[in-house]
Amino acid sequence: MSGRDRVYFVLCLLLIIGVGIFQSWNVALTMINFALISAILSLGLNIQWGFGGLFNVGIMGFVALGGLAVVVVSAPPVEEAWRAGGWRVLSALFVAVLAIGGSLFVWKRWRPKKYGAVSLVVFLTMAFVLYRFLFDPAVLAIEKVNPALSGFLGGFNLPVLLAWPVGGLLAAAAAMMIGHIALGLRSDYLAIATLAIAEVLVAILKHEEWLTRGVKNVTGLPRPVPYEVDLQQSIWFQEWASQLGIDGIEASSLTVKLCYMVLLIIVLALIFTLCQRALNSPWGRMMRAIRDNERAASVMGKDVKRRHLQIFVLGSAVFGIAGAMMTTLDGQFIPSSYQPLRFTFLIWIMVIVGGSGNNWGAVLGGLLIWFLWIQVEPIGLATIDFLTKPLHPTSPLRVHLIDSAAHMRYVMMGLFLLLVLRFRPQGLIPER
Amino acid sequence: MLDAAIVLANFVVIPALSYGSLLALGALGVTLVYAVLRFANFAHGDTMSVATMMAIYCTWWLQSLGIDFIRPLPTALLAIPFAALGTVGLLLVIDRLVYRHYRQAKAPPITLVIVSVGVMLILHGLSRMIIGVDEQRFFDGGRFIVSAGEFKEWSGLKEGLAIKSTQVIAIVSAVTLMAYLFYFLQRTRTGKAMRAFADNEELALLSGIRPQKIVTSCWILVAVLAAVSGTVYGLDKVYKPFTYFQLLLPIFAAAVVGGMGSPVGAILGGYLIAFSEIGLTYAFKRVAGHLLPPSWVPDGLLQLISTDYKFAVSFTILVAVLLLRPTGLFRGQAS
Repeated sequence: MSGRDRVYFVLCLLLIIGVGIFQSWNVALTMINFALISAILSLGLNIQWGFGGLFNVGIMGFVALGGLAVVVVSAPPVEEAWRAGGWRVLSALFVAVLAIGGSLFVWKRWRPKKYGAVSLVVFLTMAFVLYRFLFDPAVLAIEKVNPALSGFLGGFNLPVLLAWPVGGLLAAAAAMMIGHIALGLRSDYLAIATLAIAEVLVAILKHEEWLTRGVKNVTGLPRPVPYEVDLQQSIWFQEWASQLGIDGIEASSLTVKLCYMVLLIIVLALIFTLCQRALNSPWGRMMRAIRDNERAASVMGKDVKRRHLQIFVLGSAVFGIAGAMMTTLDGQFIPSSYQPLRFTFLIWIMVIVGGSGNNWGAVLGGLLIWFLWIQVEPIGLATIDFLTKPLHPTSPLRVHLIDSAAHMRYVMMGLFLLLVLRFRPQGLIPER
Repeated sequence: MLDAAIVLANFVVIPALSYGSLLALGALGVTLVYAVLRFANFAHGDTMSVATMMAIYCTWWLQSLGIDFIRPLPTALLAIPFAALGTVGLLLVIDRLVYRHYRQAKAPPITLVIVSVGVMLILHGLSRMIIGVDEQRFFDGGRFIVSAGEFKEWSGLKEGLAIKSTQVIAIVSAVTLMAYLFYFLQRTRTGKAMRAFADNEELALLSGIRPQKIVTSCWILVAVLAAVSGTVYGLDKVYKPFTYFQLLLPIFAAAVVGGMGSPVGAILGGYLIAFSEIGLTYAFKRVAGHLLPPSWVPDGLLQLISTDYKFAVSFTILVAVLLLRPTGLFRGQAS
């Protein structure tokens, strides 16, 4: 890290301290926590794009899978729903897996023969009918169990921290399957394919109510840190807060956020160290060689397709971990909140602005762009408010402009991306 | 029997034809940029959105002037030329400020894709800022050409057939525009030059084709396509910036399925995607009810996939095509 790079990070720190002083420390800490998760996400994308040159615009899907992991791991199970149709749903899914495996088998075995395609269609139709026969009643039964409060299967009631690695594994498994399908396409086709696959993943999470409650959301997920109320009621905490001279309620909320922050920093540091070591290892050099010239690397005996799959899986696992962390931080799983602008394209801006191919750059981009994403709105609002002061407070132009300030962030983000691409295409901290 | 055909026409064929026409126009826009400028334009959905926004403001302006001589057709049709002009200006300015630099620097296509993401964000933000995130309806004029009740009376059948005027407008305008586009590409000098440029850039440059002219005419075509498809979609359904952003995905699917860079492919891809989206998520129970004896009609809805997965259908087709035939149905330009 050169001197100038340090200046960037110090600037970030100053910006956040500024928020703490001028807005509130609560806001600043919330922002730091989400900025840390953004930094992890952009490290993941840096693995895929910076190291490997893979154009993945399906980040949202893997983040959502990480969120699902939190539900499955830590939500309390709904016994009644399991009795109503849990096993039937699982057997339906088992049939689906068998059907896909079986159809691959049929296709391989019989394609050369005369009725290959016909037998495949017959087989798939039968499997589909059986699947719907098992699946539909079971789902209806599960969703009927106390629909206002549960109506889904629930999870395994395990500690929520376990969901973080599980989220990574889930995303990695999905990436393995998707990678087999999509990698090997040329870069812009890969982009379209991953964009589409992420949409499908989120659509599944949004509509399979037996699994995720769909648009009804899963709320009240367990936390890895104490609850504010418990802190406020414990004697040692009250004494400690009064010694520091902070109001008990605010102190408890700050403490909870600090606890989260420590957890997030530990994970970020871990992933960052691994990334840094990977980048500087022979493996990292090989990856960059493949990125810069696939054909030459392939001539040198590198298995390009396999390496691409590897890097796609690794990066996606990081997205899954970050997704699980984000859902834990929110304490709820909201499938409809996953939108490509926020969870895919914003991460791309972070990596491009920060500097693709450089882990420090990715982290910086994550912190800085998250700060701007949050702060553009109040800054824009203040500017418009100042500029339209001469107008009457109810003048339609002024009202309209003030309403529109909330959407300024998209314009600003696009502008940042275009300006950096044009005038500093290597990013703020370039690849060494 | 006839009843079954009417139900099918009413709920599957006509909606799919009008939706498919719009997807085809959108896919043509994407495919033209891909053929001439050689990148997948992520900003196309939001270009349509901004174009529609211009059309909406024009419509409101015309309505306030009390211009309604084209009744029963919607006033918005009069606004389309203005919107198209505005969009042409917008795209040419964007090309000058943003894309031209990368073209001259001979940047790899992927850089242009990222740049188009930046343009997408700006256009999306602008449409949200200017007109707001809410739904806008700007349809006026006669709603139906044939209403279900009239049709029943006229034919004496049990099922009614309703044809919305906007559906007919969508189909007619798409066919007209496609016909013009093919005339342009096949018969005019600029169109031929454009095809030559798309086919082999260096050879085209050697034979004295001016690249800037090709690029400009490409953006003009794309702007007209975006203005017409966006406005007509907004008339038929509803205008909302986020919906237009989401339209990008089926449009891409249509373009890829047909073969990126191939105009015929884009049109067929559009209809294919529309028919499979609507056909697979339609509940065929009513059709079966007319075809089968009552005791044979099954209890279920006879719906292959729930409507929730409408979007997923096009993506599944997209992925399947990418797997089995990456160049699309009509050999487009891949790799």
